[in-house]
This record gives sequence, structure tokens and C-alpha cells, in this order.
Amino acid sequence: MSAPTLPPDAAASTPLYRVRGLTRTFGRAGRVKALDGVDLDVSAGQRLGIVGESGSGKSTLIRLMAALDRPTTGSISFEGQEITRLPEPRLGFLRASVQLVFQDPRSSLDPRMTVGSIVTEPLRSRHLRGALGPVQAGVRLREVLDAVDLPPDAAGRYPHEFSGGQRQRIAIARALAPGPRVLIADEPVSALDVSVRAQVLNLLAGLVAANDLTLIFVSHDLAVVRHLCDTVVVLRAGRIDEQGPAEQVFGEPRSEYTRALVSAIPRIRV
Amino acid sequence: MRRLGLYVGAALVTLVVAMALVSLFWTPYDPTLVVAGQRLQGPSAAHWLGTDAMGIDNFSRILVGAQTTIVVGVVSVGIAAVIGVPLGMLAGQARGWVDEVVMRITDIAYAFPALLLAILLAARFGASPVTAMTAIGLATIPSFARITRAGTLQVMRTDFVLAARASGIRWPGISLRHVLPNIAPLIGVQASVTFALAILAEAALSFLGLSTAAIVPTWGKMLRDAQTVMFNAPLQAVWPGLAIAAAVLGFNLLGDGLRDLLDPRLREVS
Ligand SMILES: Nc1ncnc2c1ncn2[C@@H]1O[C@H](COP(=O)(O)OP(=O)(O)OP(=O)(O)O)[C@@H](O)[C@H]1O
Ligand SMILES: [Mg+2]
Repeated sequence: MSAPTLPPDAAASTPLYRVRGLTRTFGRAGRVKALDGVDLDVSAGQRLGIVGESGSGKSTLIRLMAALDRPTTGSISFEGQEITRLPEPRLGFLRASVQLVFQDPRSSLDPRMTVGSIVTEPLRSRHLRGALGPVQAGVRLREVLDAVDLPPDAAGRYPHEFSGGQRQRIAIARALAPGPRVLIADEPVSALDVSVRAQVLNLLAGLVAANDLTLIFVSHDLAVVRHLCDTVVVLRAGRIDEQGPAEQVFGEPRSEYTRALVSAIPRIRV
Repeated sequence: MRRLGLYVGAALVTLVVAMALVSLFWTPYDPTLVVAGQRLQGPSAAHWLGTDAMGIDNFSRILVGAQTTIVVGVVSVGIAAVIGVPLGMLAGQARGWVDEVVMRITDIAYAFPALLLAILLAARFGASPVTAMTAIGLATIPSFARITRAGTLQVMRTDFVLAARASGIRWPGISLRHVLPNIAPLIGVQASVTFALAILAEAALSFLGLSTAAIVPTWGKMLRDAQTVMFNAPLQAVWPGLAIAAAVLGFNLLGDGLRDLLDPRLREVS
């Protein structure tokens, strides 16, 4: 087993994320091993794709990395600080830096809140409140709505008044609002109409570049990962099957599993 | 069709509330005035709904009886909601042993009928409207706690709560901004249905002589009085029976109608 391959410039510095022996089991007696000994480094500025078939543990991994769940065993450090055993009040440094975009904006946007309160909610976090007053929050709201190409008057409306693609832009705006350094996206376009997927992906790519974000991008769609990411991790039944630079993994896949995934790239997804 | 139910429910509830309000200022006759010479008269221009066995105007008693109905409903629902909703939210958010304890207590309380509780309280503290309302209120806490917990669990599973948690929003913010607004329709429906239940229970307690003091007219007490003259004056039972049925039906229809109206996701579909 070779050491994890990292971009040359990042290999020397401490990684942003350092994941070791990460295991998460579910069910009685831990029957379901969603993750089984995952080692992973993510460096600042990296654009990491996580691929693998359904049920391979992709969402479980990012939930753990965002400290929304606790591992069964193993460790995750963020900027050199272990996060898996920290109580919520001491996770501020992570909360202020990492934001998520979920798969389906129908369930990731509260139907009873206006777009304005949805997008500015992260600014109410105790980890940021000191930094932003209500006036600055209003300014920030207009900035991020503009960044995702939504009109300023969107703020007063409710999510159900928008199309699927627009709703995902709202979710992206919310993720950008607190000025994160890491953006984690879990299949951000697979719930969207095929016709708007490219738009949303291009927007996401542009924002990642413009804001110097570290991107962790989960997808079934390898063509998209190839386009968006510089590094890829292939998950299979909770284990890392293969990882490395996107070109290498997609160009000369080493494992049979990855080869099967790659050969399925030019397909029409429903 | 659904809208029709809402309108009918709202109309019936408005009627009952209007009767209670009007009776505060005006009734055709004194609802406690005994007139020996005009017992058990049928409906006439002078007495729209006739008179009862003591010669009191039935219509005046029905009007004043609406006051007791409204007060009993509001106070019972108030007691049940003010205690049941926070308990349910606590159980649904804390999970673990807190959830276990709260739910086991409500299970036990749930099995305890309101009427039995009322009889016990009446035996201990004397039969009064306060005893009746307290009994009905306490006895319906478990149904509020259960429905609130079920709704809370559903909301806590959504991605919008996950997104809020990922920004460091803690339970007070999640409770106020996400859980309460999203379960408000559920609680509204429960309040309406419980209101109907409280009206029925109070009528039953009055009928059994376990609620109001002899002098205050209530629909349940009118039914009780009617019982003794059932065979020569059957209409005596019909008036309070109709009033109770209308109020119960009204609150039930209103509850169902509100649920459909308040859900923006349903509104979006239609
Ligand atoms: N909360 C949970 N309770 C029980 N089992 C779970 C839970 N979350 C995930 N699992 C299980 O863990 C495994 C991995 O799930 P996960 O959601 O991480 O997969 P995934 O790679 O994201 O799949 P998909 O591509 O379908 O989203 C699955 O077998 C799933 O059933
Ligand atoms: Mg997933």
C-alpha cells in the first residue's frame, strides 16, 4: 500500500484535515460498517472529489468531517486540532471555517424562513456574532445573493417560490455568508434538473476559485469530479479503494472497482 | 372540498365565540331567573327555544353556556400546550435517556382517562370549573407532548437543521427558528382537536355534576336537567346537544382545515 498521494506543494506543510483510522458503525453491535479505517489528508486549497457507489460511506465521511456526527473509532484533526472528542462549545474554530451544501435544497432550506433569514442564519452563530452586526449582515446578504446571481429582492421571499436550481443557489449563498475556508458539497446537483446542473456546477467552481476555498465534493458523477477536482478518493464499502491526483485515478485506475466506475463515465444519469 | 370544511369550522367556532361575547353584555332574559308560571314551554316568539323545567329561558342559557365552553377550552388547551409542547421538544431534541424518561411518563399519563382524573380531583378539591379545566388540561398533556416530539424528530432529521448545526447554531436557535415554526401547524391542529375534546369532557363533567356550581349555566348542565324531563320535553335535550355538537364539530373542522392551509409544501403542490 503506497502512501496517500498529495499535490507536491501541499505535501510539505501540515494538512488542513488529517483523518486517521476513521470508523463509523451503525445498528446493533455495529453491524453496518459505514466507514472502516479511513486515512485521508486534505490540504488547504485542495479540491478533493469523493466518489464511490451508493452506500459506500461518502455522506458518513463528510458528516464526520463537519463534526455533525461522532466516529466509532479513529481521529480527525482540523488545523492540527483533534475535533472528534471536542464538545460543541469548543468547536467554534471548525464551525467558523467549514460550510456545507446538501444534495436536495427542498430539505436543506427551511420552508418557513425567508431567503434572507436562511442566508444570514450562519451569521447568528455565536462563533461569528462578534464579527458582524445587523447592518453588516444585511450588506453580506446582498453580497452573497449577488455572488450566486440572485436578485436582491429574493431576500424577502420563501424557498418554494424558487426553482430547483435557484434554491441550490440559495443554499450556496448561505454556505458562503460566513466566509468559510472549506466548502463541503454532498452531491449538490444530483437532485436538480439536468438542464441546470452545469450552471450550478460552474457557479460553484467559480466561487471556489474566487474565494480560494478548499473544496470537498461528493458525487456519483465521475465526469463532474474530473472536471472540478484535482484529487480523488474512491470509497468502497467504507474503505478507501484508491486515491490520488484526478488525472491519475481516472487515467490509469489501479483497482477493478475504480476501473468499473470510470468505464461507466459517459452515461446518462436520471 | 377541504376549504369548505375550513369555512364551516371557522363559521361554527366564530358563532360559539360570538355567542359567548354577546352574552357578556346581553341575553333576552336573565339566565338564572326562575319563572314558576312558564315551565317547559315550547319555542315561541317570546322564548325562541322555549323554557326549561324551572321556567328559565333556554336561549339565554345556551348563550351564557358558550362562555363556560370557551373558557374551559382555552384554559385546558393552554395548560396542555404550555407543559406538553416544551416537554415534547425536549424529548425530541435531547434524545437518549431524557427522551426515554419523558416518554415513559407520558405513556403512563396517557393511559389515565381525563374523566377519572377529574373525578379524583373533584373528590379531593371539590367539584368546580377549575378542577375540571385542570383535569382536562393535565390529561391532554401527553397527547401534546407526543405530537410535538414526533414533529420535532422529523424536523431534527432535516438537512436545514444539519446546516444550522454546522454553523454552530445551538438548540435555542434551532428550537425557535426551525422546530417551533415547522411544528406550529401540528400544534394548531392538536389544539383545535383538544379544544373539541375539552368541550365534550366539560359537558360530561357538568352532566355528572362535577364541574360548575349550580348557578352557572353550562350546556352539560342543561343536558343533565333535560334528562329528568326526557319524555315529556325531548327538545330540552336537543338544544344543548346541538350546541355541543356544533362546537365540537367546529373545532375539529377548523383544526383539519388549518393544517392544510398552513403547510406551504401542500400549497405548492395544489
Ligand atoms: N444514521 C444511520 N443509521 C444507520 N445506518 C446508516 C446511517 N447513516 C448511514 N448508514 C449506513 O451507512 C452506509 C453508508 O451510508 P452513506 O450515506 O454514507 O453512503 P453514501 O456513500 O453517501 O451513499 P449515497 O451515494 O447513496 O448517498 C449505508 O449502508 C447506510 O445504510
Ligand atoms: Mg450520500
